[in-house]
Amino acid sequence: MSRADELQSFLERTPFAQYLGMRCEIMGDEMTTILPFQEKFIGNAAINAMHGGCTGAFLELTAMSQVFLLSELQRPPKPINITIDYLRSAKGEDLYARAIVHKLGRRMASVRAEAWQAERDKPVAALQAHFLVVETG
Amino acid sequence: MSDGDEEKDILFKLMQKNAAKIMSHVPWANALGFELTGIEKGRAFARVAWREDLVGDPDSGVIHGGVLTALLDNLCGVAANTALKEPKSMATLDLRIDYMRPAEKGRDILAEAECYHTTRNVAFTRAWAYHETRDKVIATAAGAFALNDISRWASGNEAVEYARKMLAEKSS
Repeated sequence: MSRADELQSFLERTPFAQYLGMRCEIMGDEMTTILPFQEKFIGNAAINAMHGGCTGAFLELTAMSQVFLLSELQRPPKPINITIDYLRSAKGEDLYARAIVHKLGRRMASVRAEAWQAERDKPVAALQAHFLVVETG
Repeated sequence: MSDGDEEKDILFKLMQKNAAKIMSHVPWANALGFELTGIEKGRAFARVAWREDLVGDPDSGVIHGGVLTALLDNLCGVAANTALKEPKSMATLDLRIDYMRPAEKGRDILAEAECYHTTRNVAFTRAWAYHETRDKVIATAAGAFALNDISRWASGNEAVEYARKMLAEKSS
């Protein structure tokens, strides 16, 4: 099984990824994740804005997926910490994201992920995360 | 308490009266099963029950970190709201989460948040998630919230209309 297939299979058997309905398109070692909009994602109905926690969860899964894709881990990397910058209000529409692994070390990985909607150049949120990439069993 | 302080506390009393609705009226918080269990001035408490569909690691049954992100983000926002002296709209500026230990399968997660400083434009908050007490935390959070004048809010929202009315009464 390729890394891409392994990632798809992991996401398929992860309840929370399924609950979000997140999909990912993998082209070699590049990946774009897609979060098709659902009404339950709303955080502020008065301004039709998505909940920051929803955008954050999607970005965290995107960052985790990208690390998994580039590594040889058998199990998903565990998050150590994340920082999310909320740049613009995310509307009630589909969300896309991409992640860049800045460093994949022996024990830790440093990743940045960005999410956008209508325009790639206008990200709605950015995440910086560290993951533990050792197999802990 | 002076008359001025009491007037400022109208907002907090309003939150106390509507505490049950504060989280349940937020679709994503409601979907994940968040329950606001208490508010004090500058503090907020909540609970989320373990649920199969919120699991992030199918092998261990641990709740996904994204659920904690949403919980702590929302709770920090509520804590910041309790600290306000006048109605303002609020947007998360940034949120940092440190994952200390995995949540245990099948157990409720409790959380508390405090707003420890506010300026005209920003509210600073921190939060903790745990099973029993803050001595053994699952995750901690630090969040900053941008405060905006409510005149920028969309109309038609019950809370906005109420806040507008209150502001009008105060200025007349």
